[in-house]
Amino acid sequence: MTTQTARPAPSATSAPTSRERAGRLFQRHGALVVLGALLVVGTLGFDAFTTPANLGNIATASSFLAIIAIGMTFVVISGGIDLSVGSLFVLGGVLAAYGSRHGAVVALALPLAVCGAFGLVQGLIIARTRMAPFIVTLTGLLGARGLMLSMTDEGATTYLVEDKVFAGIGQGALFEIGYPFFIMLVILAAAAILLQRTGFGQNVYAIGGNEDAAALMGVPVARTKIMVYLMSGLLAGLAGALNAARLSSGVTILGIGLELDVIAAVVIGGTLLTGGAGGLGGTIAGALLLGVIQNLINQIPGLSSSFQQVVSGAFLAIVVITHRVLGGIRQQDT
Amino acid sequence: MTETTVVTDAPSKGPSGRAGTIAWLQRYGVYAAVATLFVFNAAFTPHFLAADNFRTQLVQVTPIVIVALGMALVIGTEGIDLSVGSVMALAASLTALYLGYGAPAAIAMAIAGGALVGAAAGALVAVVGVQPIVATLALLVGVRGLANVLLPQLREFSNPTLVALGSDSVAGVPIVVLVAVALIVAVAFLVRRTTFGRQLVAIGGNRAASRLAGLPVRRVLLSVYVLSGVLAAIAGTLATSRLQASDPTSLGLFMELSAITAVVVGGTPLTGGRVRVLGTVMGALLMQLLQATLIKHNLPQSWTQMAQAAIILAAVYAARERR
Repeated sequence: MTTQTARPAPSATSAPTSRERAGRLFQRHGALVVLGALLVVGTLGFDAFTTPANLGNIATASSFLAIIAIGMTFVVISGGIDLSVGSLFVLGGVLAAYGSRHGAVVALALPLAVCGAFGLVQGLIIARTRMAPFIVTLTGLLGARGLMLSMTDEGATTYLVEDKVFAGIGQGALFEIGYPFFIMLVILAAAAILLQRTGFGQNVYAIGGNEDAAALMGVPVARTKIMVYLMSGLLAGLAGALNAARLSSGVTILGIGLELDVIAAVVIGGTLLTGGAGGLGGTIAGALLLGVIQNLINQIPGLSSSFQQVVSGAFLAIVVITHRVLGGIRQQDT
Repeated sequence: MTETTVVTDAPSKGPSGRAGTIAWLQRYGVYAAVATLFVFNAAFTPHFLAADNFRTQLVQVTPIVIVALGMALVIGTEGIDLSVGSVMALAASLTALYLGYGAPAAIAMAIAGGALVGAAAGALVAVVGVQPIVATLALLVGVRGLANVLLPQLREFSNPTLVALGSDSVAGVPIVVLVAVALIVAVAFLVRRTTFGRQLVAIGGNRAASRLAGLPVRRVLLSVYVLSGVLAAIAGTLATSRLQASDPTSLGLFMELSAITAVVVGGTPLTGGRVRVLGTVMGALLMQLLQATLIKHNLPQSWTQMAQAAIILAAVYAARERR
């Protein structure tokens, strides 16, 4: 890792310049501010936007992405990346639907066990062989998709969720907001404590900031990395299972390319792909932001859903350019 | 991943023993694997050696080869280009939209579109200083959307020139394959025999040192991404002409992964500083042969993906830097 989190101040004094402060503020709260602005625009511009049903729909639909993005945030802060989450999301959904014939417990346990195992193995390979996370999780992406396809007769079979209790977890709602959103909130709270208030969380930041220095200081680098990828796999599997419960079936085509949306949410939320900096609040704001953009574009007649991709891509580009221009962060040693 | 040490070519230990084996595998493993699969198929797969089958295999592999050439250049600079699949889709859209002005105009527009996307990626990476993976991720998402907005659904065409480009042969060799061979030669020449190629590899090896040595780092990086965009657009146009339809929704989907696989399996390290053009072509051929072998022996697509995963893992494990 050639990048340092603690950015050397350009002036001799330790007081940050106003530009730096603006950069840091944007990095930390930019997604939240834009989210607020978009909510105002949506309220003023579209009658159907602020209805409880629509807002609840956005929250529920975004929660799956948010759950995966929580795991991805840990991975990215540790200086890695996890490309396998989209495939694990689909695999988790198929496994949950497949397991639901044996009851809700199996429907939840099966995807968690298999996707957790994928994450664990990826973590072991990355930590022990020091191969690039990009490549290892790319093979995870292929492997998990292959396993999913071989389970479903090359994608032709769709298992239906046969357990009422399990389906209820995905379909039930409170105040028009689906249960998955509340599950996401619980995971977020636990993850935030883990990241901000425990030694493990500090280790994740330390490894992402400077892996060699962290190792010299006695941080258990390998163990922390393995944990991080295990968590990411578990959360992707859980999100897949919840999505299967919501849709009542293990859909085999959804979730392709989801890893990119997840990474986009994390980056928009202010977590740097160089590792060592970032947080969960921004990630959730980033995930909700992508959901709101999609919803708003669907409200405008005549705009297709592919237009949403244009906006998301442009938005991601604007975010990273602003990060760079404000100079609050250094993406690369140049 | 961000280690910037220049990879030394020869292992410090003697050529014999385990280190020697690994060095040999790194350099010639992909050739050996292609040869093994070839011999296996020649022996056990009926009609494998028939000219028709050969032609089919080569035609199918051309888009990956062409895209992987650009990807190899980008990876040589320690970058990555995730936008290539979307650029293929954009090329398909532009080809369909401008076909009214004739096939040459349509192809020119498609290539110009690819160059523009490449320039955007290059500007983000070289001028603004955004990480390549983030910059090209934004383009992957945005350009695929743009391609779909420009052409919302699949459009078939019957322009004779474009159809001929995709399906005609010269002396038994399909035109698309000839184009691919020409591009391979051009890129190999670029890497081995030109100043630009030297500069590219130097920047990938050590960017800071290259800048201090006075190399035009920004200009080279920008050009590399433009080249990658142009090559992806050419691949998209060729694939479109072969399909006789523009399909911006699914053309080039996951192409970035296939191209990265071909490059990495071919022995170009992700850490930059080295470009293996022929190895990249072999990497693409290996994946194509593997898929063909499994399909011919009635093994499902899912096996191909799992086998692909295992091969990438093995290739990168063999190629990783030792401490």
